[in-house]
Amino acid sequence: MSEIVLETRGITRDYHIGGGLFGAGRTINALKGIDLTLEKGKTLAIVGESGCGKSTLARIITMIDAPTSGELLIDGAKVDITKKRLDSEMRRKVQIVFQNPYGSLNPRQKIGDVLMEPLIINENVPEAERRERAMAMLTKVGLQPEHFNRYPHMFSGGQRQRIAIARALMLNPRLLVLDEPVSALDLSVQAQVLNLLADLQDEFGLTFVFISHDLSVVRYIADEVMVMYFGEAVEYGTRDEVFQNPQHDYTKTLFAATPRADVESIRKRLAAKAA
Amino acid sequence: MALLDIKNLTVEFDTAGGTLRAVDGVSLSVTEREVLAIVGESGSGKSVSMLAVMGLLPWTAKVTADSITFLGRDILNLPPAERRRIVGKDMAMIFQEPVASLNPCFTVGFQIDETLKMHTDLNNRQRRDRTVELFEAVGLPNASDRLGAFPHQMSGGQCQRVMIAMAIACNPKLLIADEPTTALDVTIQRQILDLLVSIQAEKGMGMIMITHDMGVVAETADRVVVQYKGRKMEEADVLSLFENPKSAYTRALLAALPENATGDRLPTMVDFSLDDAPYTGARP
Amino acid sequence: MATTNTKDPNAAVGLEGGTVIAVTRRARLAEFWYYFSQNRGAVIGLYIFAAIVVIAVLAPLIAPHSPSVQNRGAFLLPPAWETAGSWSFILGTDAVGRDLLSRLIYGARFSLFIGVVVVSVAVSVGIIVGLVAGYFRGAIDTVIMRMMDIILAFPSLLLALVLVAILGPGLVNAMIAIALVQQPHYVRLTRAAVMGEKGREYVTAARVAGASNLRLMFKTILPNCTAPLIVQAALSFSTAILDAAALGFLGMGAQPPTPEWGTMLAEAREFILRAWWVVTFPGLAILITVLAINLMGDGLRDALDPKLKRS
Repeated sequence: MSEIVLETRGITRDYHIGGGLFGAGRTINALKGIDLTLEKGKTLAIVGESGCGKSTLARIITMIDAPTSGELLIDGAKVDITKKRLDSEMRRKVQIVFQNPYGSLNPRQKIGDVLMEPLIINENVPEAERRERAMAMLTKVGLQPEHFNRYPHMFSGGQRQRIAIARALMLNPRLLVLDEPVSALDLSVQAQVLNLLADLQDEFGLTFVFISHDLSVVRYIADEVMVMYFGEAVEYGTRDEVFQNPQHDYTKTLFAATPRADVESIRKRLAAKAA
Repeated sequence: MALLDIKNLTVEFDTAGGTLRAVDGVSLSVTEREVLAIVGESGSGKSVSMLAVMGLLPWTAKVTADSITFLGRDILNLPPAERRRIVGKDMAMIFQEPVASLNPCFTVGFQIDETLKMHTDLNNRQRRDRTVELFEAVGLPNASDRLGAFPHQMSGGQCQRVMIAMAIACNPKLLIADEPTTALDVTIQRQILDLLVSIQAEKGMGMIMITHDMGVVAETADRVVVQYKGRKMEEADVLSLFENPKSAYTRALLAALPENATGDRLPTMVDFSLDDAPYTGARP
Repeated sequence: MATTNTKDPNAAVGLEGGTVIAVTRRARLAEFWYYFSQNRGAVIGLYIFAAIVVIAVLAPLIAPHSPSVQNRGAFLLPPAWETAGSWSFILGTDAVGRDLLSRLIYGARFSLFIGVVVVSVAVSVGIIVGLVAGYFRGAIDTVIMRMMDIILAFPSLLLALVLVAILGPGLVNAMIAIALVQQPHYVRLTRAAVMGEKGREYVTAARVAGASNLRLMFKTILPNCTAPLIVQAALSFSTAILDAAALGFLGMGAQPPTPEWGTMLAEAREFILRAWWVVTFPGLAILITVLAINLMGDGLRDALDPKLKRS
């Protein structure tokens, strides 16, 4: 049995809304008891539509927000950010890449500074070494050394996403949370970024939590799949289990709704139309 | 007969960095009862060419073409405002962001009423009945109660249904849908696509579906135009496009679909030796 | 979007695939100038303002007379082009025989000094308070914003008057009072901008990298909030000059014989009917300066606010 990098036990998250001058507020259960375990080097895909709680879960796993109840274990160690401020050792274990490549980079920060910032904050390394490591990471994600001194607005969406991935990897994390990392990208760029992620996973033995609404991407990249619906994990298993034998009605609806781009289904559609 | 026929359309933008050619010599036509999909990635000029036809481009745009005819009428040489008036009734457009396409200050019923007032001579009573009828046609439950709803009280899918109702209010001959489901969830996307296709078939409209999603193309189109960097790369009926793509670009696009993946890496543009492939990075 | 910083009207077209444009600092300056110079009024304002700055700096060289020397033989002399005028006192003299032109030239120094001091005090206090309010929210935000509401509830000149009455009349106290009255505007602007930026993903990303609150506030968020603050600073520069002149006019600002424009107006009050020039010229000086700065501020807004950039 290999090491467990991420484990959650009964994670819930409630939001209180309203409760102003008149009337009591409402409580929304964004997450209703999520249990999962993830081994080193594996990819867990979390699938669901907007408002299902997948991004809330991502923020909890990344230790940005605290769960209302339940336990979060990273590398077997319990984490509770409400009780104790995270030390940099814990902080660096989990990093995140966001969906929108245009919002996730500080427009006033050069690419080099974007990459060196995590090192300045967390490690006491000399300037020259910082620069060298940032430069190495930049080439690793497929950009050129001359991009080091440029600002984010000079890059395309796909390039920015590479930069965001490079930033997340600067601290050598164990776990990378990818929140819809390719949904804002073009098809051809999406393929490049997915390939890059696969390369990096092989090289560094990274563990991925891959959040997506796109089933074809999930089917391609995931080892395990969790389908979420209104804060609940309605389906959780290996990729082949979930895709070949979905149990829950919602999962079946989701699969049926996904557009198919294969010749067979086009034939079927055209035949139905002609009839 | 061709509903809309475009010959050699070019759209250029004057920018401080020189002239940028967004659409480069594109010809296409769509006939009655036909769904034409224009597929391409961002920057392929797929939306720009349709905006040019509707006269909705900013003043920095320079539009030239050999001819643009709609219902056999030349619309190329009309001033944009007049073109919009003529085109507005028989050609309708729906956009990507349904919530942003509706005016948040007015009820959805009022907004459809406005459209009817502009293009028809129905009286108050008839317009109201027509609006209810339209809401029912696009599958909005409790249609008569919905008239008083504001856009923010509806979900994205419902707003897109309202947009479709508004677009078909005057029984247009041609419906242009610009990425109509990109902002929606998968299950909602399915409903909206089904709705669009059934309305198109029922009314015998022509439809142009602008999209980047090969799945949407496969599910809706009769004929497909593939665009890349402002140029038309390929035009084919949907089955032969997927079965036997002619251009290298189309082959690359289809290969990049994760569901078509064979190995543990996806083929990218470089693997298809496109002379002006987009930036790919340092792949081994 | 992708191209807020390039003069590309085709942001909607959004060229993917990496046409990387090498934009240097100089090119960004050129772009700023492009948008700024679209506004003709702003350019005129800039030239006038630059001229005023030059005049103020070189006052001892340009001024034909000392601003405080009283010429016995020349009380209330009209401007040179009037029949009784003299070319040695181009804009005439005041009631005690001081050359009006020289006093106006030296007065430019005071006005600019007031503007600079007031704006820098108001900006620095306002930014820090607004940053704290917008970043931490909660009770601290409520307390700060209610205090700002109280300050804003007073007519600004009245509040400045009260403050000067408490602190005692004088140029320095007047500047402190005006700065205090202006600072709520900066607090509100900064707070709104910070609240907008705080939810952005790059801020979350910096936090995930372990950035402390101070670092997030000053290094990550603040640099992205500067554009509206610069515009506000330019516009309140003129308000500061105007308010200082008003306080001077009411005898609460700079004290005679300081050649401050508002104070000069106050001294000239009793001669309005007999000698038009002693009130007209200081009034014109204030008008032109304030107008020039306001025009310039408008141009700055055009150039710095991406939402107003025309395609």
